[in-house]
Amino acid sequence: MKKVQKYIPPIFFIILIGLSWLFDFAAGEQIGLNFWMFFKEMILFLPLMFILIGLFDVWVPRENIEKHIGKESGWKGTGLVILLATLQAGPLYGAFPFAYILWKKGCSVRNVFIYLGAFSTIKIPMLTFEIGFLGLKFSLLRTLITLPVFILIGYLMEGYLKGKNFDVKQP
Amino acid sequence: MKLLIIFTAICLFVSLIVNRQKTWAGVKKGALMFFRLLPTLVLMLALVSIVLYLIPEEKLVEYMGEGSGITGWMTAALFGSVALIPGFIAYPLCGILIKSGVAYSVIAVFITILMMTGFLTLPVEARFFGWRVSILRNLVSLVAALLIGLIMGFFL
Repeated sequence: MKKVQKYIPPIFFIILIGLSWLFDFAAGEQIGLNFWMFFKEMILFLPLMFILIGLFDVWVPRENIEKHIGKESGWKGTGLVILLATLQAGPLYGAFPFAYILWKKGCSVRNVFIYLGAFSTIKIPMLTFEIGFLGLKFSLLRTLITLPVFILIGYLMEGYLKGKNFDVKQP
Repeated sequence: MKLLIIFTAICLFVSLIVNRQKTWAGVKKGALMFFRLLPTLVLMLALVSIVLYLIPEEKLVEYMGEGSGITGWMTAALFGSVALIPGFIAYPLCGILIKSGVAYSVIAVFITILMMTGFLTLPVEARFFGWRVSILRNLVSLVAALLIGLIMGFFL
């Protein structure tokens, strides 16, 4: 029953958008266009992401991840997750499933949150865009200031979650 | 995007050659996760498109523009945390905002909060991390973004 319930709000929304088109309701049409723009991005991007995550899950052994970015990995591990995150693309909600799989394979709490921070703020494909519109000085400065800040967030979250049975769940 | 398609295709292909069963197990796992998450995702995108409709560009310029002071910062923080705009739209928008007289530090706050937090993506985030940790991460990021904006303000 609960499974079906989850689908009611999205379906309701889509019906409303459909009705707006039928009756030329401008606000609904504009919202529909916005929605379609976001939906297109998601539906192209996320299935690929999940295929990669699935493959990652079956092929990459836990020991590998644990050794390189696990609890004992230190600065090298932090560098590695940042590198991994910056090479990716896509919206933040695409990073959560990947964070889950890293955690499942033994990535440390600190590195999970550093990964999220780096993924959201200093992805290289996005940086080229940022430089184009806001200039090299702005982008460089922002990156340099942001980097230590989200590493600090990683440490903060690790400290806070210590002994609290933190877990990243499979949705 | 093209790169991601090619990369995924290559991974899938190599994986299929090496071990067919393992590949299918992986793809099935990924697909299952995707479909379980889909309703939450659609709902989130619906909320985002409604919010984006309610806040037009001119209003943003008005509230974040020249001499807006603390109001500008608040608007940047508020809008940044609620909106979920892909980079290829957000950066051109920032370019417009700069040209209309919005300060660089305000833009830094806006862009950092926009990227690091998402109050509308919270339902998705909570599916993975739980509500408590998700809210905490967003709040900490919010403070961090304000800090980043402040430091940027000194330099620019």
